[in-house]
Amino acid sequence: MKGNEAVAHAAIRLGVDGYFGYPITPQSEILETLMAEAPWKTTGMVVLQAESETASINMVYGGAGCGKAVMTSSSSPGLSLMQEGLSYLAAGSLPCLVINVMRGGPGLGTIQPSQSDYFQTVKGGGHGDYKMVTLAPASVQEMSDFVGLGFELAFKHSTPVMILTDGVIGQMMEKVKLPEFRRRRTEEEIRKQCPWATLGKTPDRKPNIITTLELDAHAMERININLQEKYRKIEESEIRYQEIDCDDMDYLIVAFGSAARISQKAAELAKAEGIKVGIIRPITLWPYPSDIINQYASKVKGILTVEFNAGQMVEDVRLAVNGKVPVEHFGRLGGIIPTPFEVVSALKQKLIK
Amino acid sequence: MVNEIIIAGFGGQGVLSMGKILAYSGLMEGKEVSWFPSYGPEQRGGTSNVTVILSDNVISSPIVSEYDIAIILNQPSLEKFESQVKPGGILLYDPDGIHRPPTRKDISIYKVDAMAKATEMQNQKAFNMIVLGGLLKVKPIVDLEHVMMGLKKTLPVRHHGLLPMNEKAIITGMEIVEEIK
Amino acid sequence: MNTSIVDPKNLVYAKPELMNDNQMHYCPGCSHGVVHKLIAEIIDEMGLREKTIAIAPVGCAVFAYDYVDIDWQEAAHGRAPAVATAIKRLCPDKMVFTYQGDGDLAAIGTAETIHAANRGENIAIIFINNGIYGMTGGQMAPTTLSKMKTSTTPNGRDTYENGYPLKITDLLAQLEGVCFATRQSVHTAPAVKKAKRMIAKAFQNSLDGKGTSIVEIVSTCNAGWKMTPAGANDWMVDNMFPVYPIGDLKDI
Repeated sequence: MKGNEAVAHAAIRLGVDGYFGYPITPQSEILETLMAEAPWKTTGMVVLQAESETASINMVYGGAGCGKAVMTSSSSPGLSLMQEGLSYLAAGSLPCLVINVMRGGPGLGTIQPSQSDYFQTVKGGGHGDYKMVTLAPASVQEMSDFVGLGFELAFKHSTPVMILTDGVIGQMMEKVKLPEFRRRRTEEEIRKQCPWATLGKTPDRKPNIITTLELDAHAMERININLQEKYRKIEESEIRYQEIDCDDMDYLIVAFGSAARISQKAAELAKAEGIKVGIIRPITLWPYPSDIINQYASKVKGILTVEFNAGQMVEDVRLAVNGKVPVEHFGRLGGIIPTPFEVVSALKQKLIK
Repeated sequence: MVNEIIIAGFGGQGVLSMGKILAYSGLMEGKEVSWFPSYGPEQRGGTSNVTVILSDNVISSPIVSEYDIAIILNQPSLEKFESQVKPGGILLYDPDGIHRPPTRKDISIYKVDAMAKATEMQNQKAFNMIVLGGLLKVKPIVDLEHVMMGLKKTLPVRHHGLLPMNEKAIITGMEIVEEIK
Repeated sequence: MNTSIVDPKNLVYAKPELMNDNQMHYCPGCSHGVVHKLIAEIIDEMGLREKTIAIAPVGCAVFAYDYVDIDWQEAAHGRAPAVATAIKRLCPDKMVFTYQGDGDLAAIGTAETIHAANRGENIAIIFINNGIYGMTGGQMAPTTLSKMKTSTTPNGRDTYENGYPLKITDLLAQLEGVCFATRQSVHTAPAVKKAKRMIAKAFQNSLDGKGTSIVEIVSTCNAGWKMTPAGANDWMVDNMFPVYPIGDLKDI
């Protein structure tokens, strides 16, 4: 099953209430699979092809405001259009799941895989001080698993969650074990779980209002402080990463998603040449696993980040390492996928010399 | 045991579906598999390729730098991938559409006249299964029984009547493949 | 003798229960207050308090949620119909309406408006058309009349430069997804009564799943127009009504 298809099947099985999306390569299989599966006939899940990504993300806002489990997906240019909506969702503390199957930019760019929306995603592509929990799957299995994990984190912290992936993971087929079927929550259950949801005012409570507007600057500062407190809590509890062969290494590669898969192969090739390479694969890109990278920094001769971009995550690695060891970046741009060979030669050129 | 395979040709030749059947066959044998296509407009003409990996262990990267097996179905693909076959690896090609045959001496080269045979059988759709048969003869990475199970899994139920034809095409491919010395 | 006006049996008029005591930010003479009151009355009378989910726009009515005690969502500028689409689809038994101004509905949100209507979303759209951007200080709106002076057309709207007044309700009435399109006003007591009936009908259509309803209220913005409230009403009748004539455009 393709990564994109796995997302669609997982969403239906997990009892997601609604998906709103607009076609764009390389992620259209998500919408196509959902339409073919027609879950509105089985689980009652709403699937709608919107008129634009702008509309999709605002539909997600409407659904999330009702406490429903709602999601959308797109690829890089579509995500640029969604940034306004993401800022509103974050400001409104609304839980939802957004998937970006990245392709090469800038501009209309290419439809080939890329990781060049890292900054946009983890540094906040929309306006204002906000953060988005960001999960980076590296396999079709994780594409499926992170739908469940994404919603779990979204509702736990009442905040939008992003699955940041790329055309490699979206388009490739691998074995996958889909989640068990789970029914959708009833309105009563949603009212209990999300007492803030706009589902119609009952006599026992005040009107629920989902808004991101506050003209009084002092009140707006308070809202911001609350958001930042929530983000610190997420940073304390939700960091996820994978360590591969880190117990005996001379060099460390830090890579996420499909770049981590390619780096793993590169590490195998390097090992055959007698070079000991370990890998840290950040699974959450925000919150970022800075501490573990910092700890390993003192044990290696150098660190290489491998990214399908001009050097974005490398900045977070450098911040984590804080000058302890050289940190270099290797990447291919505009939709070109680096090969494992290229990674090994970059490692030699930039760090081993 | 790992087999890293590239299948490359024109869009519409059944490159992606051949890869898919191979991947599902591996799955039926309990192997780890990955299938990564070149995607986009290439699917509708142009050159198209897919990387299929079958392995007894967890697959690290679905994208590799060099291949154990290359199945080549047009000239541009031969030019791109001949140099990326590992020494001692296999290159299988259909001479139809190849006017400058492969030249490497450190790999095993086979040809399978699949296009000609499919035309002779008056069944263009059998083309990619004939090629697959050729591969299975020179390197039996999956057995025929599992291929048929994989095929059944990838074909929509309404096309299951075509299974015997496909099996015949695979066997034909096994018969006509020949080594180039 | 007891002639206290608070004696219930002497009560002839009361503020609808759903209207709270928050002080409105609308200018004296503005049509918004009247339409808010109508909405509160209708929701009360139709018994829809627990069933209503409303979407507020960006513009003067951005704070609509401060005055009517029902559940509200505040949408991004122009996106109310997309927000309403999802809410109604996910909660099909609710009554869902948007409340939008001309800039919100007919400029920045044109795509969302047309596509929600074209899909025949079972929502009601209350559209306040006063021909101007009130909140941001009186700039040209898509519905601004030809030659009308605004802060961005200080010499009057030149249709050669700025295009023509957009009759978006006429446009929407053409769409198959739209079951009800009407244009009303609230400048006289009879007009208010009529507008109320039309809004109630639009709400009922949302409940009945008949398709999209649009109720345009041709309104005054006496502050933006730089007129007295009464003068603004007269100006509206003389100038707005010829371009935006009152009456039903579609009712099926």
